[in-house]
Amino acid sequence: MRHVISVLVQDHPRVLNRITSLFARRGFNLESLAVGTTHVPGLSRISLVVSGDDHTLEQVEKQLNRLIEVLKVTDHSEPHVERELCLVKVHVAGVEERLAVKDIQEAFRARVVDVAQQSLILELTGDSKKVDSFIEALRPYGILEVMRTGAVAMSRGERTLKVREKREAV
Amino acid sequence: MKGAEALLKALEREGVEVIFGHPGGAIMPTYDALYDSNIRHILVRHEQGGVHAATAYARASGRVGVVMATSGPGALNLVTGLADAYMDSTPVVAITGNVPRALIGTDAFQEADVTGVTMPITKHNYLVQDVNEIPRVVKEAFHIAATGRPGPVLIDIPKDVQLAEFTGDFEVALDLPGYKPTTKGHPKQIERALDALEKAERPILMVGGGAQHAHGELLTFAEKTGLPVITTLMGLGAFPGNHPLWLGMPGMHGTVAANRAIHHADVILAIGLRFDDRVTGKVSRFAPHAHTIIHVDIDPAEIGKVVRTHIPIVGDARLVLKEMLKGAKPLRLAGWWRELEEWRTRYPLRWKPKPHLQSQEVIRAFFEATGGNAIVTTGVGQHQMFAAQFFPVTRPRSFITSGGLGTMGVGLPFAIGAKLARPEELVIDFDGDGSFQMTLQELATVVKYGLDVKVVILNNGYLGMVRQWQDLFHAKRYSEVYLADSNPDFARLAEAYGIRGIRVERKEDLRKGVEAVLNADGPVVAEFKVYHEEGVFPMIPAGGAAEDMIIEHPEEKEEVEA
Ligand SMILES: Cc1ncc(C[n+]2csc(CCOP(=O)(O)OP(=O)(O)O)c2C)c(N)n1
Ligand SMILES: [Mg+2]
Repeated sequence: MRHVISVLVQDHPRVLNRITSLFARRGFNLESLAVGTTHVPGLSRISLVVSGDDHTLEQVEKQLNRLIEVLKVTDHSEPHVERELCLVKVHVAGVEERLAVKDIQEAFRARVVDVAQQSLILELTGDSKKVDSFIEALRPYGILEVMRTGAVAMSRGERTLKVREKREAV
Repeated sequence: MKGAEALLKALEREGVEVIFGHPGGAIMPTYDALYDSNIRHILVRHEQGGVHAATAYARASGRVGVVMATSGPGALNLVTGLADAYMDSTPVVAITGNVPRALIGTDAFQEADVTGVTMPITKHNYLVQDVNEIPRVVKEAFHIAATGRPGPVLIDIPKDVQLAEFTGDFEVALDLPGYKPTTKGHPKQIERALDALEKAERPILMVGGGAQHAHGELLTFAEKTGLPVITTLMGLGAFPGNHPLWLGMPGMHGTVAANRAIHHADVILAIGLRFDDRVTGKVSRFAPHAHTIIHVDIDPAEIGKVVRTHIPIVGDARLVLKEMLKGAKPLRLAGWWRELEEWRTRYPLRWKPKPHLQSQEVIRAFFEATGGNAIVTTGVGQHQMFAAQFFPVTRPRSFITSGGLGTMGVGLPFAIGAKLARPEELVIDFDGDGSFQMTLQELATVVKYGLDVKVVILNNGYLGMVRQWQDLFHAKRYSEVYLADSNPDFARLAEAYGIRGIRVERKEDLRKGVEAVLNADGPVVAEFKVYHEEGVFPMIPAGGAAEDMIIEHPEEKEEVEA
């Protein structure tokens, strides 16, 4: 099963290294990883897409929590929003192709962010499934390159990825 | 004050009395500061010896062990020992020098990415970039190493940071928002656990290294309930090895009684252990009749990692046992005990006497001569298992061995660390001829500090444990396990170091040999030339289950037993 996991971390040097090293070391299957700073100075947030059975996912969560710089781990099983950004450079030879690609672009509500004589760069935001189908739809026209950010996620409603109350460890 | 002095001051503030280490270029400023420090430094002859000694110091004392090394090769020599301490959850702080900050990443002389290399084998590590961070990093490192599930923490300090002028403050608060071990067990879960035990017909109590500090509560709890107790290799001594409730060690070379008890148990209370594969064998066939497994561990990640757990209790073994004691009642286990008693009397640990001197009788003779009052360290191999079987220690923190990593060569440095932690105790290293040769340079450390440790080499002329597997599972194809043709004369080797050397070759000289070792003033290296084709039994082959237990060597079955 595919899971999207959000991890709140202290943005210390090598923290990303610790996470990827953990995945490699424990043989967890990491499909994508996205990372960025948050509105709180010193805290970064990482989205991981992981596949595995319940036992594996339980271990993923627990092993992540063992890392000293990990503040919070959430497996988004509750209602959540998931998005991925994708850039696709497609080859467009003639007017006809250009129009066909434009149709696809409109259908997916993608944006054209670069226009050249022989190519277009399209930008699409959506969940990973939507991005998959977008790429498939464009494939017949000759994809030159693809860059996906990997999924990022957030719980719906009031729920947030909060740091637990600070408490002196015993 | 320089960074190096600040470092030592911070270590003093943590109560550090002993540092094991070896100097080199990148750590020289700290060694310079050490020259004026009250902290005792033990100069080892190889950094691996230092980290193992620090590990045993920690295990024997319950305090944090400290080791120091230079950059690159020095730090990399710590790797095995850090992994060993990590596997066996031992609090160690390792301090390494690194090249100056400006040179990091340039492949400078003796540069290695030590924080990168040690990431998967430490509980946490630091690369100190700012001299004023030293007090906070040291404080955090000791806190992380010693609390929760203990483990090694490495602090890498570039040389220029050690030399920089320190203007910071030593009064720092811990700031570890992501680190809060749960120590108190959940009351509801504890209640459920007690309830399950009360309803059980064939319950057992299994304890591991995580219960070493809970020995008092453990004894009271076991005696109050009457539960049979099984201690893993790491748990030996957490419960007295001479107690009538003790069934012995489980697993690959465990007792028949312990393994059968696990096999037939309906409720298992497991405290401070992690169900290593040497304990469980094939997991799908482990404890097939246990409808309830209660797992108490301070590390939530261990719960449910290997075996299905019905009542998880995250917490410190001692605090949880204290709570459990409040509701503990004597259990009615007479029928169960009759079964256990039968297995125990029918299958005691034993060996088949041979005309040759045998490892088992050597260890047993030391046990009898000392009344078991010693700290035992071991190498890894057959002699390690024989020591576990025939030297059933009665006190906690007294059996110091490499459990999780199975690191050959720990015996002598472990003995050094244990002796420095508890100088008043008799320390015996039961070592293998193979294992001993991996770190024997530390004999020099023994001499330098006049450490009274007794090294007992069970010289079977083989990498005996590997030979045993080749005997049983590789059609007796003894590939690269023969040592006798090239082993040194261990007694003379010891004499070359200025240590008393003893050799015992014949059965009839055993008592005299044991006495000579124990009565010797100061350190001894005693070589006991033992039977070279011995096997460790009982044995559950790797990946097997309790039912697959081999009680004696298949080719020796018909012989009369001792
Ligand atoms: C560093 C290391 N290398 C290899 C092994 C694999 N190994 C396990 S036991 C053993 C034989 C040990 O021989 P010895 O120390 O003579 O002990 P014996 O089994 O003969 O009592 C070996 C090679 C190990 N555990 N550690
Ligand atoms: Mg040997």
